[in-house]
Amino acid sequence: MNQDIWNFIFIGGSFALYIWIAIKSRAATTKEYYVASGGVSPFANGMATAADWMSAATFISMAGIIAASGYDASRFLMGWTGGFVLLTTLIVPYLRKFNKFTVTDFLGDRFYSNVARAVGVICAVFICMTYIMGQMRGVGLVFSRLFDIEIWLGVLIGASIVFFYAGLGGMKGITYTQVAQYCVMVFAYTIPAVFISMLLTGNVIPQLGLIGEFTKGDADPVPLLSKLNALNTELGFAKYTDGSIGKLDMFCITAALMCGTAGLPHVIVRFFTVKSVKAVRASACWTLLFIAVVYLTAPAIGAFARTNLISEVHNCQYSAAPEWFKNWEDRGLIAWVDKNGDGVMQHSAGAAFAGKPTYSGGRVEGGPRPVTNTLTENANEVFYERDILVMANPEMAGLPMWVIALVMAGCVAAALSTAAGLLLVLSTSISHDLMKKIVSPSMSDASEVAWARGASFCFLAIAAYFGINPPAEFVAKTVAFAFGLAASSFFPTILMGIFSKRINREGAIAGMVAGVGLTLGYIVYFQFMVEHKDYVFGISPEGIGFFGMLLNFAVANVFSAITPAPPQEIVDMVENIRNPTDAGSATH
Amino acid sequence: MNSPTEDSTTERASRAGYWSKSLRIVGIVLSVWLFISLGCGILFRELLDAWFPNIGGAPFGFWMAQQGSIIGFLALLFLYRFLMNRLDKEYGFGEGDPS
Repeated sequence: MNQDIWNFIFIGGSFALYIWIAIKSRAATTKEYYVASGGVSPFANGMATAADWMSAATFISMAGIIAASGYDASRFLMGWTGGFVLLTTLIVPYLRKFNKFTVTDFLGDRFYSNVARAVGVICAVFICMTYIMGQMRGVGLVFSRLFDIEIWLGVLIGASIVFFYAGLGGMKGITYTQVAQYCVMVFAYTIPAVFISMLLTGNVIPQLGLIGEFTKGDADPVPLLSKLNALNTELGFAKYTDGSIGKLDMFCITAALMCGTAGLPHVIVRFFTVKSVKAVRASACWTLLFIAVVYLTAPAIGAFARTNLISEVHNCQYSAAPEWFKNWEDRGLIAWVDKNGDGVMQHSAGAAFAGKPTYSGGRVEGGPRPVTNTLTENANEVFYERDILVMANPEMAGLPMWVIALVMAGCVAAALSTAAGLLLVLSTSISHDLMKKIVSPSMSDASEVAWARGASFCFLAIAAYFGINPPAEFVAKTVAFAFGLAASSFFPTILMGIFSKRINREGAIAGMVAGVGLTLGYIVYFQFMVEHKDYVFGISPEGIGFFGMLLNFAVANVFSAITPAPPQEIVDMVENIRNPTDAGSATH
Repeated sequence: MNSPTEDSTTERASRAGYWSKSLRIVGIVLSVWLFISLGCGILFRELLDAWFPNIGGAPFGFWMAQQGSIIGFLALLFLYRFLMNRLDKEYGFGEGDPS
């Protein structure tokens, strides 16, 4: 059996499973569509939330980023897991007790204002749109590499599948497909890691392989990280265990990612599907456990991949280069330029040439694919796209073909599960928050579901369009904004809405506007308007969300203090959500 | 839910007691959270790398940033769940709720 058949079996099989689940669990009422009737078990919701949360970026790119930047990548590891502690202790138990369908519902009701509701809709749509474009692109890329089809066809296939089960099935359809997708993802991520860990460190548990000893070859065993530090230093890179990002910037970025995580609407709404506040707490524990399995493996994969890459490629004769090197070169993600003409590949710090490779013509027999880029002065001759590390890992380690197919199915599962969760928030923002709550409160249940389906079709069409024609620079630069926006809008405002009885309508709106304004302004200024990187106090745009959040807190408190206190029924409502008794099932 | 005017004084006192105790639990959990992540993983990393024993082959601060903090977060969530459920029981809140 060749690789194509294996890929087809794994991808086709997983798709058939998702569609079967979707048909079994179609939603008819708004309650089924928005919160899966509120009867999901904490364990199943934990798996679904983990799949919802871990996107194509986590699955495909994170280990590559860790491999490339070592300690600096800890900001993602801590930021994207630490946020769940904030989410669990400060946000979701109370919003579950509040017992409505959407996050924006809380803003609108707690701050007794349709303006707050509208600001919430805009933030939710922006955050989710930024994210979902990347997911659609990810699906398209995997498909095009797998089946040698054009990216647009891959994106359309992915979009149709997502529409089928998310658009039609709503939260009910999403939940159980996400459970299946988590299972696919976790095996796809850990199985290759186990093999590689045994190969490099002799340890069968990859999470422990990171702190284990490098035992491959005949040399005396040395700790893997010392070996990696030595390799990095020899090639002119910074030590793997040392960072190059400034301490203050690192702090702010990590804090912004944590607070952003705790304010992402598609994660929060997943907790509306369980039965009680007690179940929310249980579910949050399961969620973080399932996420930690992957997040503890990621730094190990990063370290393994870097060790493998350097030791197999550096100072290797091109004619003797491993098979995977040439395979990925064919797909345009690796390139080699023989600067000193010795036929040997040298890898060192710095870019081999300007930009991404542009190839000219076919390869000469036995030689590399020639590129036309402007070469740089340094000695580095090897270019590789960081994203290939997870996908190429099984090939680098010489694993069987079914493992490679499993990894591909995992990539697709990661992208689809996140896209589905985002699509749900996007469609409910329109059908529930905008149409039902602001435009036409007398709307019937059935037409609300119809609006939700229509909206998800439209959003998916837009996302697919941008997946096919990515505003590449734009997407990469706005991902930071999705987290910054969540950290400076939803997180602080929800937090104050729960923990303070004094914050009123005026304060909340002014706080959100100020927080988002600062974050948006700083990002737009440094990403799109100026070329230089002379950041204020060295805070990069990735980390500005932290200050946006602090400003939101400050402005909201000042404005609330000088305007009238919220009405008594709002104070009663806050009292009520603080008591976990009888969270019931979600209502309008 | 009863409106506060119908609330008896004891019921209101019980709610206030429950709320201040849950704030204390959240406070403890978040202090540890702050210390192990932004503290050990970022602010004191060099000190930990230099002065604390390695975890296996990894410097202590580096390990905290890449794996230790995540394990800590997990332990904290299970602790939070245990403490909050115990508090609920103490005050008789959420007794009949399904889980």
